[in-house]
Amino acid sequence: MSEREPLMPDQLTHGWLTQRVSALVLERRPPRSWRVGVVVCALLTLVFVIGLSHLFATGVGIFGLNIPVAWGLPITNTIWWIGIAHAGTLISAVLLLTRQRWRASINRFAEAMAMFAIVCAGLYPVLHLGRPWFWYYLLPYPNDMGLWPQWRSPLVWDFFAIATYLLFTSSFLYLSLLPDLASLRDRASARATRLFYGVLALGWRGDALHWARYERATKTMAAVAAPIVVAVTGIISLDLAVSIVPGFHFTIFPPYFVAGALLSGFATVAILAVVLRWMFALEDLVTRQHLDYLGRMMLIFVVIVNYAYTQEMFAAWYSGEVEYRYVYLDRWTGPYAPAWWGMILCNVGLTQLLWFRRVRRSPLAMLALGITTNLGMWLERFQIVFTSTHADYMPSNWDTVWPTGWDWAIYAGSLGLFGLLLLLFVRLMPMISMHDMRAQIADRGRDG
Amino acid sequence: MAKPMGWLARLPDEGALSAAVQQLRAQGWTRLQVFSPYPIEGLAEALGHRSRWSGPVILLVALGAAGAAFAMQWYSAVIDYPFVVGGKPFGHWAPFALVTFAMGLLGTVLAAIIGMLAGNHLPQPYHPAFNVPDFADASDDGFFLLLAADDPQAGDEPAVHQALEAAGARIVAEVPA
Repeated sequence: MSEREPLMPDQLTHGWLTQRVSALVLERRPPRSWRVGVVVCALLTLVFVIGLSHLFATGVGIFGLNIPVAWGLPITNTIWWIGIAHAGTLISAVLLLTRQRWRASINRFAEAMAMFAIVCAGLYPVLHLGRPWFWYYLLPYPNDMGLWPQWRSPLVWDFFAIATYLLFTSSFLYLSLLPDLASLRDRASARATRLFYGVLALGWRGDALHWARYERATKTMAAVAAPIVVAVTGIISLDLAVSIVPGFHFTIFPPYFVAGALLSGFATVAILAVVLRWMFALEDLVTRQHLDYLGRMMLIFVVIVNYAYTQEMFAAWYSGEVEYRYVYLDRWTGPYAPAWWGMILCNVGLTQLLWFRRVRRSPLAMLALGITTNLGMWLERFQIVFTSTHADYMPSNWDTVWPTGWDWAIYAGSLGLFGLLLLLFVRLMPMISMHDMRAQIADRGRDG
Repeated sequence: MAKPMGWLARLPDEGALSAAVQQLRAQGWTRLQVFSPYPIEGLAEALGHRSRWSGPVILLVALGAAGAAFAMQWYSAVIDYPFVVGGKPFGHWAPFALVTFAMGLLGTVLAAIIGMLAGNHLPQPYHPAFNVPDFADASDDGFFLLLAADDPQAGDEPAVHQALEAAGARIVAEVPA
């Protein structure tokens, strides 16, 4: 239909690819922008550490949490972070199974993004516990109190879902890195570097039988990735939906949350793609065509999320219950109305720009839309968590609660932690999957 | 001089590698190892690799993990620690389904990755081919074939060289034992 740009330069050979991608790791001096980014993110991580120290010393009272809004920013952030993780999994797994070629150059940092987003997501529920040092009570371990976890509690489901997801993502990331670690081992000149990558590569040597088993393992894991993504955010949405709180108790929550998760995830992949291709001069490997595809993926989930907004409102009206209807009136006009309208502006208004090809192909526009969409998705999680609980069935219960400075400091700190982990990752590990790209290069030769 | 472990030969591209493997297999060579920088379709099958076990084993582990998770929840909620929540039946399956599902998925993941490593005998930091300097290209753009000296047909060195060269390969080195 259209004149598609190639996803990689015509003159790209196996040798040139290996040399370029491993140089990003093995070269001594990283670009200046990387160093600036590390300093900024490290300072924010420091804020995170200070915030956590204060939290552990003082307790959850430092957060803007109060009955009836008992969840506040920490749970808003959990849902938001876990959503960001999902696109990484979807890109690496589902696009692998459906043989989408454009995944090859972006799957690695999408997987890394997933990994570090889960770390941030998983920290929040633990921080939100009044006594975080007792988090292991969620585990069914033999104990002398004779107690078991309460299997009807969504908190227990969450724990199992997030733990499964963390283990899945770390294994999948490592599996994908394995052949590339061997490439780095064989290219490294310093003995310590060779030893580092050599130990991690486990003696990988590209044996044909190894590749066969490797591919089978990768495909098996990719096949369970989609159910895992749906289960994890589905279960998190059940934390809200199994309650009877108006504004939480909707049966559309699991698919609605999954679509929103993927929207914010693809938005984050777009941000990372734009930033990393600029930082490491990868414009020919992560092309405008890739941004275009990412924009289309965002658009799919924009449509689903927008549909879910209408259905949520319809269900509130159709329930005929005055409390449900009031939740909506309150979202539009109450104290948290700016969050609702901000969400509509970001997720319904601005995202429609993605219908235009020129917007999807512009790095700057994609960066801006990635940021506004993430903001919109964050506001969506915020308004769900805050507005639903602040005015429920009993007016005597109503209260308005706002996040405190510590809430914001820890949130900013977690962004810094995410950025720091990601920046360190792209310097220690190949940020483009060399073995996936090699197969693409070989495929191109076959077609042409 | 001690008998070498085998002979390492290099081929120009993936097509030549596949053709060479087929030719050597047809001639009755069995102790072949093949190395490539990315997976090549059909190569493992050409080497006689069949996978009958991995699917059923992964499925069994997944079902076992899910079953164990369900059994643990049922035992704890019905027998060991029954606890009334909203008057709901102790042993109903629905609240147990989510943890059961998650553990089934976890079983699949662990079985797949551990099975892959065990089947490939990894980690295995040492392999004789690593002694050949050119072999570093196997993780870059090199396609290699290793004919082990313990192949029943590998009588003398010239015969092996001849077979490899007839298959289009260029001898790189003798791999020390």
